[in-house]
Amino acid sequence: MDILIRWLKDALLELQEYVRLCKATARGMVTGPYYYRDIVEQFDLIGMGSLTVVVLTGMFTGAVLALQSGMTLDQFGARPFVGRLVSASMIKELGPVLTGLMLTSRVGSSIAAELGSMVVADQVNALRALGTDPIRKLVVPRVLAGTLMCPVLTVVSDFVGVLGGWLIAVLQLRVASSLYWSSVLEALYPQDPWMGLLKPFFLGFAIVSISCHVGLRTRGGTQGVGRAVTTAVVASSVAVLAVDFFITRLLITLMY
Amino acid sequence: MEPTVEIAPGTTMTRQDILDQAGAPVVVFDRVRLAFDEKVILEQVSFTLLKGHTKIILGASGAGKSTILKLILGLLQPDAGVIWVNGERVDQMNEKELMRVRADLGMVFQEGALFDSLTVRENVGYKLSEELHWPDGQVNGRVEEVLGFIGLGQFIDRMPSELSGGQRRRVAIARAMAAKPRVLLYDEPTTGLDPMTATTVDEEIVKLRDIEGVSSIVVTHQLRDAFYVAGHRALRGPEGIVIEEADEQKSEEAEFIMLKDGHIIFEGPAGELRRSRDPYLRKFLE
Repeated sequence: MDILIRWLKDALLELQEYVRLCKATARGMVTGPYYYRDIVEQFDLIGMGSLTVVVLTGMFTGAVLALQSGMTLDQFGARPFVGRLVSASMIKELGPVLTGLMLTSRVGSSIAAELGSMVVADQVNALRALGTDPIRKLVVPRVLAGTLMCPVLTVVSDFVGVLGGWLIAVLQLRVASSLYWSSVLEALYPQDPWMGLLKPFFLGFAIVSISCHVGLRTRGGTQGVGRAVTTAVVASSVAVLAVDFFITRLLITLMY
Repeated sequence: MEPTVEIAPGTTMTRQDILDQAGAPVVVFDRVRLAFDEKVILEQVSFTLLKGHTKIILGASGAGKSTILKLILGLLQPDAGVIWVNGERVDQMNEKELMRVRADLGMVFQEGALFDSLTVRENVGYKLSEELHWPDGQVNGRVEEVLGFIGLGQFIDRMPSELSGGQRRRVAIARAMAAKPRVLLYDEPTTGLDPMTATTVDEEIVKLRDIEGVSSIVVTHQLRDAFYVAGHRALRGPEGIVIEEADEQKSEEAEFIMLKDGHIIFEGPAGELRRSRDPYLRKFLE
């Protein structure tokens, strides 16, 4: 019983600290000072730096979707509709979620490791001693970049995913190119692209803010940094899937 | 009304008095208490650092030495008691107000805490360019000046990973002094260094105190370095700055504080510390 109570207290404390970090970050976004060089640097690191991995996962996911759904659709003689399945899956669900998971493994882990190392080496305290608010200097640029670049990367992932599906449809399933592209567009409701575009804002925010929170609460030397990275990746991955569910549910209620 | 610091029963000073007058109390701890859960870190800790003087805080590991520095900077808040820094009460300030107080403080962290991704030039000029928004030319001029002062001018474009342990500490001192703070705090500045390198760091502390007039608090458990800082003084001579043994009056400007289990068990100059008959002090000194 004691263990359960302690666990609950620790969990509530973490939640409280996370909410405080989010509030301070929101305040840091709307009031100065701003560290423009760090903001640009983080947009480059998180956005451009994640492009390759997002393109590769998007491309292979779209391709494998076309391959698998082509076989299933064959049973109903509906192979020409493969584009519908690929675009609906990629744009509404797989694009945002897979981009989120890729960002978690690439960006979330590096943020937790970098901030965690800075904490254990007293560099975060040094920043405060030098008159810098670590939230504004370290967290705000990362959260801004993560929140705004995740949708951009999702659009790229969606596009290359549909492109990967097209390659398989044309080269292996022998579906006419024009038929594929017209079915890609037919599958979508007007709200679908919006849903696919809105979700990544929330996913990007969740991934980066959780990773920053975990990194800044690192304790216990290099071992602590290792633990922080694991915690950040696990918590962010679960958050991606959970936030995706709740936001999807909300958007369906509001938009459809 | 401007807040005042009570420096003695019935005698108060305003912030401006403290900033202007020689020998004014720049750091005041008044019955400070801090505990983490059940563990008491500091209990009824009171002391005063006067302008241009040095406090050397000694004690075994875990005695609460570094905590005192973190309280001065406002990185921690006490559970009870009052802390004045440069005439401002910091124990009840929020983070935004503390930024103003920290502008006049410099801190040298254990191991230096230099920013790995920045060069020596960027580390030393960090506060000037990022927080005080000095023009680049002015920042470069000041960075070269302070690196010259500590004799590391040739390392200006190196990364911290390319420096030795002693050089990293000295760059950390340069970073702390770049914005000309009135008070410098040193957290174990010589721990882990060989005696020769440690002496060069000690000399920087003495030079900053005597040439630049910076008040300092040195936390250490290295007795050799503590007595070196207390027993030497820096003078500007025709051939540059020279370090020599201090006379008795100058030595008494450096006061030792011995912490044990969060309590101050001794406060006084080096001579008094050496003469103490307290068994714990004797054991520590031996």
